[in-house]
Amino acid sequence: MTALSALIRRDIRIALRVGGGALIGVLFFLTVTVLMPFAVGPDLALLSRLGPAILWLGALLASLLTLDRLFTADHEDGSLDLIVMSRTPLELACAAKALAHWLAAGLPLIVATPALGLLLNLDGTATVAVALTLLAGTPALTFTGMIGAALAVTLHRGGLLLAVLVLPLSIPVLIFGVAASQAAITGPMSFGTPFSILCALSLVSFVVGPFAAAASLRHGLD
Amino acid sequence: MRLSGKDLRCVRGGREVFAGLGFAASSGEALAITGPNGSGKTSLLRVIAGLLVPSDGSIALDGGEAELTVAEQAHYLGHRDALKPALSVLENLSFWRDFLGGEADDAGRCLTLVGLDHATHLPAAYLSAGQRRRLSIARLLVARRPVWLLDEPTSALDTKGQDLFVGLMRDHLANGGIVIAATHTPLGIDVREMRMGAAP
Repeated sequence: MTALSALIRRDIRIALRVGGGALIGVLFFLTVTVLMPFAVGPDLALLSRLGPAILWLGALLASLLTLDRLFTADHEDGSLDLIVMSRTPLELACAAKALAHWLAAGLPLIVATPALGLLLNLDGTATVAVALTLLAGTPALTFTGMIGAALAVTLHRGGLLLAVLVLPLSIPVLIFGVAASQAAITGPMSFGTPFSILCALSLVSFVVGPFAAAASLRHGLD
Repeated sequence: MRLSGKDLRCVRGGREVFAGLGFAASSGEALAITGPNGSGKTSLLRVIAGLLVPSDGSIALDGGEAELTVAEQAHYLGHRDALKPALSVLENLSFWRDFLGGEADDAGRCLTLVGLDHATHLPAAYLSAGQRRRLSIARLLVARRPVWLLDEPTSALDTKGQDLFVGLMRDHLANGGIVIAATHTPLGIDVREMRMGAAP
């Protein structure tokens, strides 16, 4: 456990320092959401109807933006070799890295959601609903994105490949995330059903993500 | 304790790097792998470290801890330093101590041993190549592993640093450790030399 907590603490520390990239995601999220009302126009009803979708898209793209560095940084400086050699199972190390990434890059998005909800004319309930779905859904984005990040590790400029690999996997998360938010705002569906599926997607990704990432890292080493 | 490999064959990028290779080193023994560039020295070290899968052959550590693999009982000091520029010298080393686990030593004491105690709180980004190497060497000391796999360990080190490293290797061997080093320059300790073939 000390090994895993050390890894989580290190990754968070690096992400939060200058040039670490945790804030880049939030800034991107902020930019997308702030620009959207200008693009859509001053139609408040339309804006609040689009709000959850805009927030979800912003969060999805923001998490993609920072994910490609999840393993490449460690690969480039040789840390990954030592992590693979260590006594900690690689699957757990991958899970710890994904958790650290989510804490440093995913959680700030959720914290920023209420403020951004104001810009999109979302009322209190709607904002809470979107924040709640993001809280349940963004871990799935990180843990499935980790698979793509592990596959792209040996490729230079793997960023685009990451997007191609990960986006299809994140579509279900996006669908049920937005569906649950819309259900809470307008109905007629109940909030619980899509939200449960969203939670299930996250739980599945917790199991599949680390194993798939560890397997691809082991094969990708050279 | 005895580390041995037999009939090792390694293929990289469709090219056979070496085949039918065997080696052995016992406690307190240092093995120097020499040979021209491209002869497979680094590949051999990475095979021993479990980072490359040999297409044939096997590696065994007799007398080690039975439930651990060879890689889990080895330190690998490669070309890349495994240092994070954003973290301070002490944070880098403390991380590896906590992450590698096993029998651990105090990070501050190890920094003194490699002569970096004056730079403890300096971000690793500001270190020179030689200082980075010293910090990587401190990693060998901070978590105890019986096998040291060293790839050009003395590159970038100044004369004083090389002497210091020779002393550390001697201590390691005296404690029953094993050193396997790929090198072009003499290591300064008693070694058995293993020459790898010319690059095809």
